Amino acid sequence: MFEYWEMPDPAVLLAEAAPAAPSVRELQERIRQMQVTKLETRSLQTSPALAPLLPGGALKAGAAYSVEGSHSLVMAMMAGPSAAGAWCGVIGLPDFGAEAASRSGIDLDRLVFVPHPGEQWLAVVSAVIDVVTVVVTIAPPRLGDALAARLAARIRQREATMIVLGGWPQSEATLRVTESSWEGIGQGFGHLASRRVTVSAVGRGFMGQKRSARLWLPDASEQVRGADTVRGVDTARGVEAVLSADAGRSADAARGAWPAFPAVRELAS
Amino acid sequence: MTTAVRTIVVWCPDWPVRAVAQSEELSLDEPIALIDHGLVFACSPRARADGVRRGQRVREAQAACVDLMTFDYDPALDHRSFEVVVAAIEELMPGVQVLRPGMCALVAKGPSRYYGSERGAAGVLLTTLVGLGAENARIAIADGRFAAEQLARMPGEQGIRIVEPGGSPEFLAEHPIDAIGDPQLAILLRRLGLSTLGAFAALDFRDVRARFGEAGVHAHTMASGRDARRVVPRLPPQLRDIEVVFEPPLDRVDQITFAVRTAAERFVDELTRALLVCTSIRVELHTDNGVVHDRGWGHPRWFSANDVLDRIRWQVQGRTGAGAGALTSAIMKVRVLPESLDSIGNYETGLWGSAPDDRVHHGLSRVQSLLGHGAVTTAVIAGGRGVSERQVMIPWGDPRATGSGDGAKPWPGSVPLPAPSTVFEKPRGVTVLTREGGPIEVSERGALSGIPALFQLTDTEGRSASASPSRQPSQPQPLAAWTGPWPVHERWWDQAVARSFHRFQVVDAEGTAWLLALHDHGWWAEARYD
Repeated sequence: MFEYWEMPDPAVLLAEAAPAAPSVRELQERIRQMQVTKLETRSLQTSPALAPLLPGGALKAGAAYSVEGSHSLVMAMMAGPSAAGAWCGVIGLPDFGAEAASRSGIDLDRLVFVPHPGEQWLAVVSAVIDVVTVVVTIAPPRLGDALAARLAARIRQREATMIVLGGWPQSEATLRVTESSWEGIGQGFGHLASRRVTVSAVGRGFMGQKRSARLWLPDASEQVRGADTVRGVDTARGVEAVLSADAGRSADAARGAWPAFPAVRELAS
Repeated sequence: MTTAVRTIVVWCPDWPVRAVAQSEELSLDEPIALIDHGLVFACSPRARADGVRRGQRVREAQAACVDLMTFDYDPALDHRSFEVVVAAIEELMPGVQVLRPGMCALVAKGPSRYYGSERGAAGVLLTTLVGLGAENARIAIADGRFAAEQLARMPGEQGIRIVEPGGSPEFLAEHPIDAIGDPQLAILLRRLGLSTLGAFAALDFRDVRARFGEAGVHAHTMASGRDARRVVPRLPPQLRDIEVVFEPPLDRVDQITFAVRTAAERFVDELTRALLVCTSIRVELHTDNGVVHDRGWGHPRWFSANDVLDRIRWQVQGRTGAGAGALTSAIMKVRVLPESLDSIGNYETGLWGSAPDDRVHHGLSRVQSLLGHGAVTTAVIAGGRGVSERQVMIPWGDPRATGSGDGAKPWPGSVPLPAPSTVFEKPRGVTVLTREGGPIEVSERGALSGIPALFQLTDTEGRSASASPSRQPSQPQPLAAWTGPWPVHERWWDQAVARSFHRFQVVDAEGTAWLLALHDHGWWAEARYD
């Protein structure tokens, strides 16, 4: 909520426009979020760690999201709605790991797989959208804009949420794991135990900006939670949400070399 | 005291063997034995002549008869094959009680009056049975079921055996006491010096009751030829199929469902009247050009008339359009067969409802009708050490195994958690090399011949629109971390399914982890942690 002393005098606002650009953006965003929640009646709560990466802080009913190259990120997004009793469907992904889904908090009793829709992809997705709340799918290689628009209309009408692996023309946000480092495994010893990732999100919902957050995906106890990066000091929300005006700075630079031991790197920096 | 009624017992000796010989297309002259729990359950005459006996161990039987052919005993096969005989007898005379496959009983009164005499009725029966291929069938008529059974079991080749009314006590008197059918009682009576049924029957039944209780009295009445057990005729199973013939053949879904509607309602009404519900059906679509499309449909609860109609509609709709399995001509006939029936009492809904969401079920059944029954699945975590064998896919509508017991149990040697988020349906080929580009092997003692340093996905066909096109490099990329080898030796006791390989976990340069397997003939990626 805005407190009145945070609202600066218009003259001051003008004067400080240039240095305060990020905070102005943040305020605009918050205004927009508040407006949006008035229009959109339903949203699906997800893991709090993912909230800063989603426009509005939650999955919107009737919207499409795209995720690039990570099933576990999809599972983290589905876990909240599934735990709240929603049915989920996974279409066209024969490699989706059921045990990982179950361990990430998705109820397998309410998770339906259609691994090979084949030629009937559109018919199957439309039929499943009618009955389940969250649909995870992969777009066929050649999907016309007209069909995508029809499907988007159907999602809106049914108030379902669609998560597409790969690109999707009408997505609300595109989430991508830009940096990933595993812990517990070394050169010939240990085993995969936990993983730190940087997830970046771009999309319509952020008005062309880029957001990113550091997460444990999963942490040592198989939970998804925000990772602190500020040298061991927990931020208030447990998540560092970075707003960066220039999109070029972020992922590609961070992707460079794989950090063998992130802790060491943190100590060094 | 009630008296025994005249009873016909029909016995086809060696029925289990005959049923197996029929289904395996063997001659009855071959030495055949059926094995149940490691013991001989039944054998053919030829095997018996060689010394094979019921109750022998398989080893002993094989020693007695070297070229013995053994089969597992299948009660269902017995009942199924005997059903033909029972149906044929029911055509002739009603009120058949099936005692066991190969033996059934009837009350003699009606048939003997209808066919003129008991011998006449027995003759008709024997002719029918021989016509069905049971050449050595025996028809025995006596007072009471017990006497008739003993009569049928008497050695000899006669097909028709009759003990005149009132002659049963004398007939039974000479039989050894073991015929009583209660081994413990028979041994005890023999020790008491009663070696025939007649000697036992001569005792006063009050003394028998005082000494042996109700079981003794029961044996006593049987031994004295006063078996008062009634023949309880079975109810012939009713055909509950519905069959609707269209003239002329129809090719529109709405026409077909409209035409089947009344039949479907009758189908469900009849079941409800019989206090039954149907939980799975089979729908057959007979087309004009002689093709039959049939498939089974399950239901998580039970079928109402509308559900049956929906299944028919979906089956027709799923078959329209192009592609394999499409209907090529109009539909001439629709048959609906109930596949599993259950008592209606088991399906009473709880006060607050207990069924899964109807809407979800409808939507998913629709997808099933498009793609097939197995195309829509839910997953259950089962036991196992590998990642792919731990997830079991169960088609929608089929019963899910109750509880996730096996998956939750400890499986020493399984891949440590966290579970991989991508489990490849088909393992993908990869190459792992040392820094110098040499191959890596694991010695018999589990030592690595080199340090894994380079990694390359060689099998790029995968999915064309893969989740990560960027992760299919053409050049080997360096490995950031690796661990292994974790040896896996599974089912070594069975040559056909034995597996022996080594598992590795590696992390590639982009921070994606892989679960790899090194078999004799190369590296495979089983799963990816993405």
